Amino acid sequence: MRGGAPGRASLHAEAREIVFDFLEDYDLLGAFWTTVQLAVLSAVGSLIWGTLLAAMRVGPVPLMRGIGTAYVNIVRNIPLTVIILFTSLGLNNTLGVTLGSNEIETTNFRLAVLGLVLYTSAFVCEALRSGINTVPVGQAEAARAIGLSFGQVLSLVVLPQAFRSSVVPLANVLIALIKNTTVAAAIGVAEAALLMKEMIENEAQLLLISAIIALGFVILTLPTGLILGWVGKKVAVKR
Amino acid sequence: MTEVSVAKEDVAATGDLVVLKSVNKHFGALHVLQDIDLTIARGEVVVVIGPSGSGKSTLCRTINRLETIDSGTITIDGKPLPEEGKALARLRADVGMVFQSFNLFAHKTVLENVTLGQIKVRKADKSKAEEKARALLDRVGVAAQADKYPAQLSGGQQQRVAIARALAMDPKVMLFDEPTSALDPEMINEVLEVMQQLARDGMTMIVVTHEMGFARSAANRVVFMADGRIVEEAVPDQFFSNPRSDRAKDFLSKILHH
Repeated sequence: MRGGAPGRASLHAEAREIVFDFLEDYDLLGAFWTTVQLAVLSAVGSLIWGTLLAAMRVGPVPLMRGIGTAYVNIVRNIPLTVIILFTSLGLNNTLGVTLGSNEIETTNFRLAVLGLVLYTSAFVCEALRSGINTVPVGQAEAARAIGLSFGQVLSLVVLPQAFRSSVVPLANVLIALIKNTTVAAAIGVAEAALLMKEMIENEAQLLLISAIIALGFVILTLPTGLILGWVGKKVAVKR
Repeated sequence: MTEVSVAKEDVAATGDLVVLKSVNKHFGALHVLQDIDLTIARGEVVVVIGPSGSGKSTLCRTINRLETIDSGTITIDGKPLPEEGKALARLRADVGMVFQSFNLFAHKTVLENVTLGQIKVRKADKSKAEEKARALLDRVGVAAQADKYPAQLSGGQQQRVAIARALAMDPKVMLFDEPTSALDPEMINEVLEVMQQLARDGMTMIVVTHEMGFARSAANRVVFMADGRIVEEAVPDQFFSNPRSDRAKDFLSKILHH
């Protein structure tokens, strides 16, 4: 401690305590952990469902193509909030869907994941389809010419190349998904945005709270974009 | 180079392997194949030549149904071409195809390109498939490139890998759709030599090409197409020295004298 300014440091400490003290009353990490869980489960689900949709849209069966096209064009034009509220009010309250849980918190979490998957998969499908369009027609023709079936052509030759050129657009979808998890607050899932709402209601620290939550999301999304951008370059197919 | 057997089980059998009867196809208003009748015998090497837009590539692609036809019939080894589906996939495995633009699987190594069909279609086990692939790559002279990716190879090397990929399926017949047209001049010969060796080994081949030297030396028969029709069929010597049709005379005068 330097002489001449006794107590300066302790003053700072005291101020810091007054400003940040309230944070101890809230489970910030726990809320963001829920955000991460929502994002990861929804990402996996929408990657699978989105890939199936893309396969339907490029497939040879007209009915499947029609279903895929209709799904994408309907779902991506409905606001996510409407979809999430529908899973809760429509599926759960009206139709009694509980997704295998008796606890309301768990049910709401699962409903939110379902809503996010239904919504995000439409965008995954389109990102993948743009990737499929970068694969030259000759690749599929050569694959058919050695006797591979439609499914094999898609899974062994076309999709592996399509995924590699879709990494960057898929990263965009993932970043949007991470931020979209905040809509789950609308049906009471205890993730970061719901905690923010609660903190703002209870504390007189609007700017600080917003900044902390915003920073939390940047910490999640910024590396996601940077890493996947690097991966996209790394796995690009050389022609 | 080591010897690899190519569809030897068919050597004893004789007769017609590929038969096209009154085949017609339109691209919109363009009548690209007009009443095509063509029969290719087992072990025969048929070279299809003709001006651009004469329908020769389309003809080649109808034989493994990469292009559908509007009317007529195509049979391979006595079996008519099935509709799109499992049966067609099985039949395609018996018909090797080599493309103008090579079309090697860009995300797979050279070796994987040659083993993929064996493993996924013929259900061969991996080590057997690799052994056969290496032997075939050796046969076409690119064994040293087995672990590289297609983009790292020259055009001539890529096309020879593509031939090995087709041979790996033990095809009954090989289709070549302008296999040297996308190659630099100095790489054309290395591909033609492989094809000539194949012809000598008794492979049934249908070759669409502009390489008249290959037609002269390797073909049993030359098929000349113009405007969607087969205008003339003859043995190479007769066709090149004494073409019957005016259309063929005109075509040959343009490509042989300059």
